[in-house]
Amino acid sequence: MAETARPQIVLSDALVMQTPPLADWLVVAPLVLGFAFAALCLMTRKNTAGQPALALTGLALMLASKIGLFVHVLTSGTVVMAMGRWLPPFGITFTADMLGATLALATGIVGLAVGIYAVREADNTERRYGFYPFLLMMLAGVACAFLTGDIFNLYVWFEVLLLGSFGLLVLGSRPEQLDGATKYAFLNLVATTLFLVAVAYVYGLFGTLNMADIARKAAEMDQVGPRLTIAALFFFAFAMKVAAFPLNFWLPASYHTPRIAVSAVFAGLLTKVGVYALLRIFMTIFPGDRVDLAVAIGVVAAATMMLGALGALAQTDMRRILGYLVISGIGIMLAGLALGSATGLSGTAFYTVHSMIVMTALYLLVGVVGAKTGTFDLARAGGLYTQMPWLAAIALVLCLSVAGLPPLSGLWPKIYLVKASIDVGVWWLAAAILVSGLVTTIALMRLFTLAFWRPSQFEPGEQGVIGQAGTMGRSAYPILIALTALTVIAGVYPEPFIKVSDRIAFELMQPTGYIDAVFGDGTATTPALTVQ
Amino acid sequence: METAMAFLGGLYFAVSIYLMLSQYIIRILLGAALFSNGVNLTLFTMGRITRETPPLIPPDAYVGTPDIANGLPQALVLTAIVIAFSLFAFLLVLVMRSYQELGTDDTEEMRRAEPRDEPVPPLGY
Amino acid sequence: MRTVIFGSIAPYLTALMVLYSIFVLLRGHNEPGGGFIGGLIAASALAVYGVACGVSPVRRALRFHPMAIAGFGLFIAAMAGMFSLFAGVPYMTGLWIYPTVLGVELKLSTTLIFDIGVYLVVVGTIASIALALEERDRG
Repeated sequence: MAETARPQIVLSDALVMQTPPLADWLVVAPLVLGFAFAALCLMTRKNTAGQPALALTGLALMLASKIGLFVHVLTSGTVVMAMGRWLPPFGITFTADMLGATLALATGIVGLAVGIYAVREADNTERRYGFYPFLLMMLAGVACAFLTGDIFNLYVWFEVLLLGSFGLLVLGSRPEQLDGATKYAFLNLVATTLFLVAVAYVYGLFGTLNMADIARKAAEMDQVGPRLTIAALFFFAFAMKVAAFPLNFWLPASYHTPRIAVSAVFAGLLTKVGVYALLRIFMTIFPGDRVDLAVAIGVVAAATMMLGALGALAQTDMRRILGYLVISGIGIMLAGLALGSATGLSGTAFYTVHSMIVMTALYLLVGVVGAKTGTFDLARAGGLYTQMPWLAAIALVLCLSVAGLPPLSGLWPKIYLVKASIDVGVWWLAAAILVSGLVTTIALMRLFTLAFWRPSQFEPGEQGVIGQAGTMGRSAYPILIALTALTVIAGVYPEPFIKVSDRIAFELMQPTGYIDAVFGDGTATTPALTVQ
Repeated sequence: METAMAFLGGLYFAVSIYLMLSQYIIRILLGAALFSNGVNLTLFTMGRITRETPPLIPPDAYVGTPDIANGLPQALVLTAIVIAFSLFAFLLVLVMRSYQELGTDDTEEMRRAEPRDEPVPPLGY
Repeated sequence: MRTVIFGSIAPYLTALMVLYSIFVLLRGHNEPGGGFIGGLIAASALAVYGVACGVSPVRRALRFHPMAIAGFGLFIAAMAGMFSLFAGVPYMTGLWIYPTVLGVELKLSTTLIFDIGVYLVVVGTIASIALALEERDRG
């Protein structure tokens, strides 16, 4: 043993030396809680009666931790935790800025709502085959994707949520589910693999995987070509994940096939993870290249929102109408990214959260409609207004909210986005937002008129064939009312929501804040523990 | 060496994209498997290929020797392989089940979720 | 595959493989090995036993369903990082203690707990897949 050969090791070059404040642990809480409760549910898989209580405890704790994280980020700025004590860029960091924390909070709300709804919907067989472990794992994946600060780790969370979603999508194995799942699985697998290709190039070019470190090095790099190539590859991969226009066909082919609770959580969360990744990559990491791609993103955004709205107009199945509306919403979110101004990004952030809550609620509503009338077919549904006037009221509010009409939460982000596009002089994007809003209104008003307003299409005593979900109705009310209340509150009293989304936009416009938060005081260069 | 590996990776991508453009699901599956292998090769090449010293620190030293291989791409590739393997296993079972249930592996014929002759939605009451 | 030789050797082979897998698991921190490899060896041991003696003896010998074992592994892996909370260091930091048991210094760490979690996850998942496939083969 050559004692003399040992160099002096300065631990503070590579390790976090100070004790992290207790509140910072909220950043990893979704990970720990999600996996711990998924594991517990997996262990007690046979105990189908006890599982919902266990899973709901987990979901409620996750929501509580995300509320805590949101408040923490709101009061004390971006929170960073370096895994395993390794300083960035050596270790993986979890970095919660305002965008990540807000979306994680919305994930928690959607997760708990869907979990409660699924208590009635998922039957014993599905519980035994792991409905709750899959759900918890997927929610942990989604939340961690919003919170991680490492781009390879982001890929891993994408795969975690993808595996969870595969499980949820095929539970029950009905033929149309298998058909939808095949298309969903292949397209999403290719998209995440393309994402990994882009990650590989990032590593080859910058030699680092920490997002803040990449952002720092990308800003210093004066060669545009390789960086722009990587940015375009990221855009392609995530456009596939968010179902943007030419790559959108997997979504309406699959989202209507599983159980409504599963459709609702997919519609609420999965595409939004892609939107988040696009915002993170184009605003924080490669802001320069977003400018070069802005026109392309804008065209894709406009085409996506129009195609989604028109597609919704052509469907008879209520679930598929909603699937197309998810796509249309994605187009609106991309519009803010294309504009890249503070107003536009604020609109995108607000619209993303609005869409998460409202699309989930709308799917759950359609689930209740299906359970009551026995069909999802617009040609056969009807007469719900006389049977369930309160449900009809909720439906009207939700439909108006998705369409972006006052006084509901869909209005404000659209105003922001239209204003932002007129500010820049991109009149066609403003026109696309308004026209797609009009078409969406028509599609949803038709859904409302046919399913609720007109007389029942069934003879007395005749029933449709949804079957097992017949007891749905009443237990779904509290969730629907809570989610609807959120959209009403955000519509009539938008100030706090706009404040938050303005702050998100401000942080996105100033990536140095994110970078400084990760690297401490902002003066640190890459520490010198290199092997010489 | 990197150049040769880059060409090999490109070849993998070309073959896999050709396979994935097929309308038969089993070829798409093989294409997807090759695609993930191509990515692994790319990841590995991106870490630069060095001399064959393994990235292990000798027991009597605190730091490795200067010509040590880059350990990070290996960790990344291992993660990617495990993920790709589990997804491939899932897809294999999914394809087999959907072939049994739907009776076809032709994507043109797989229209259970989106029937071909759907009626237009009602235009009035 | 149910030959006399294979059938009588298999239990010993399985025991040996499981022992070896634990050895690989424990040496994994500083030398080649670890939970993932160890888990694969243990899972193949169970698969060998299943091929030789049928699936139901394996399930009986395991006592718990393989997926429950995987769930337990996931749980302790997620919880292994939480020890750092009490030590005042970030999540997933490796913490070491060096107790001396019977004159031998043992190096115990939270990393080892995490690795045992990984081991159990791999054993559970691969074994449940392998056993399901073997069951199908026998009709």
